[in-house]
Amino acid sequence: MSMALLETKNLGISFGGLKAVSDFNLTIEKGQLYGLIGPNGAGKTTIFNLLTGVYKPTEGMAELDGEVITGKSPVEICKHGVARTFQNIRLFKDLTVLDNVKVGLHNNYKYSLLDGIFRTPKYFKTEKAMNEKALELLKVFDLDNEAQFLAANLPYGKQRKLEIARALATEPKLLLLDEPAAGMNPNETQELMDNIRFIRDEFDMTILLIEHDMRLVSGICEEVTVLNFGQVLAQGETAQVLNDPAVIKAYIGE
Amino acid sequence: MKSLLQKKSTRNNLITYGAVIVFYAVFQTLATTGSLKSLYKGLLVPICAYVILAVSLNLTVGILGELSLGHAGFMCIGAYSSVIFSLATHETIKSDFLRFLLALIIGGVCAAIFGIIIGVPILRLSGDYLAIVTLAFGEIIKNICNVLYIGYDSNGFQVGIKDSSVQLAEDGKMILKGAMGASDIPKDSTFTIGIILVLITLFVVFNFVDSRAGRAVMSIRDNRIAAQSTGINITKYKLLAFTISSFFAGIAGTLYAHNYSILTTKKYDYNTSIAILVFVVLGGMGNIRGSIIAALILTVLPEILRGFSEYRMLIYSVVLIAMMIYNSSPKLQGIKEKYSIKRILDAKKRAKALGENEKEAE
Repeated sequence: MSMALLETKNLGISFGGLKAVSDFNLTIEKGQLYGLIGPNGAGKTTIFNLLTGVYKPTEGMAELDGEVITGKSPVEICKHGVARTFQNIRLFKDLTVLDNVKVGLHNNYKYSLLDGIFRTPKYFKTEKAMNEKALELLKVFDLDNEAQFLAANLPYGKQRKLEIARALATEPKLLLLDEPAAGMNPNETQELMDNIRFIRDEFDMTILLIEHDMRLVSGICEEVTVLNFGQVLAQGETAQVLNDPAVIKAYIGE
Repeated sequence: MKSLLQKKSTRNNLITYGAVIVFYAVFQTLATTGSLKSLYKGLLVPICAYVILAVSLNLTVGILGELSLGHAGFMCIGAYSSVIFSLATHETIKSDFLRFLLALIIGGVCAAIFGIIIGVPILRLSGDYLAIVTLAFGEIIKNICNVLYIGYDSNGFQVGIKDSSVQLAEDGKMILKGAMGASDIPKDSTFTIGIILVLITLFVVFNFVDSRAGRAVMSIRDNRIAAQSTGINITKYKLLAFTISSFFAGIAGTLYAHNYSILTTKKYDYNTSIAILVFVVLGGMGNIRGSIIAALILTVLPEILRGFSEYRMLIYSVVLIAMMIYNSSPKLQGIKEKYSIKRILDAKKRAKALGENEKEAE
């Protein structure tokens, strides 16, 4: 395989007799901005859950950078380099904005429990480095002035951005964004699109995103996959796929 | 920015340490000058023990966010293991201080080991289920301690669950006598040691919370699924918090047990677990300083109310309810803000500044 960062082969899962996703094949090149779209209940979030280890697939497999990640636990997959955000925002709401990002840095900046309790020089050095890194990430999303706010007190749009910042803190190779623009107004969405492009360019990130806002999808995604009833309906270049009559039919009906 | 807040949280912690030390200074002076009634003097060590229990349970309930109803069980393990040690080495280790220090370590470590053993299976549960199972484990521990017979002679230790199963030689000595418990325990606990232990507990808990591990624990509390996909090992950090919590419960048990010459399981039952939980809930979950204050007030209150004889528990419950309302009602919080010492001081400062300005104007 040449440049494929993520490759899934016949990935699928059934809940009891219900096939939620089946025969899902996807190849994402390194540095790509890839869209995953489809009507409600098509199985988009289920695919995210399969890729991050929340669900174990009943068939098929997924490879990240040539390594099989299916069957591993969410923590292991995170360490392999897959980070995600959630459709319904899941922040650590009683922690500060800064601490939310610092939780994301957990596995990359280490000191022992005893270092922490006895406040050794290593503790101060590592914490300082963590603060700097976290503030740097928050700055990307213009959140650095709210660093000491509780996450729960942020406005909705900023909470979504904080989730992305936290995901980036784990230093992933692949970033999965689950409806990043949901609930945002057009201005916020525009800002988010700039942010996403910036992340891709600045962090050399590969991004797979689920989105219903077609303006965002056609604006930034190079390729898309359309999912309907757990199966791939269309796949390819964004403009082409979005004009596909079958896709329009799935979305709007006849 | 961060350094500012760090200073703020550090300052808050320092205030708490300071308050504990001031409390110690005042009551130690009162006790040595004899102006403290012996009734209250006898409460000083239990207060320290309950403060440690409340702070350590707050780690499980407030920081980890899991309800545990078996904290007295870990206290019981600490008490029994350390008392067995103290009685067994009463003759061999002459230094009271050294013996008690070792007893504290043994009490804490034994409780922590049980914390791990019990924690591994039960921390898979959460919410009400975890509460029920911890309650059961607390009772199991208490009841096992209640039937233990332990004695030693020149041949070594003998353990049994029946009086007849422990047959000692001439030179033997019984340590634990089942439901009768242990007696002639050396009274090694002092108020000073108690306060030092409180300070150590606070130091560890404060620093734990404000570290990498503490953040991981709090992230699990706030959102388990997000924590998992952010790379936090849920089982490890839950177990870590639970173990530290039970370690300090063991320390508190040791402190408490060495304050009386007799040890029975009566003091380590379900009611004590609930009482500790009440300290935590009333003081505010996750609020360490609140736990200390609640533990202090609620330990002293029943003794102060002794004069009311049969109305004692009635008044106690009324005070509980009043404190709860005071803590949760926004209106009363407003009053609290209005008459807080800080505000009054600020107002005085402002008034003073204003007065000076006027003088200048004249």
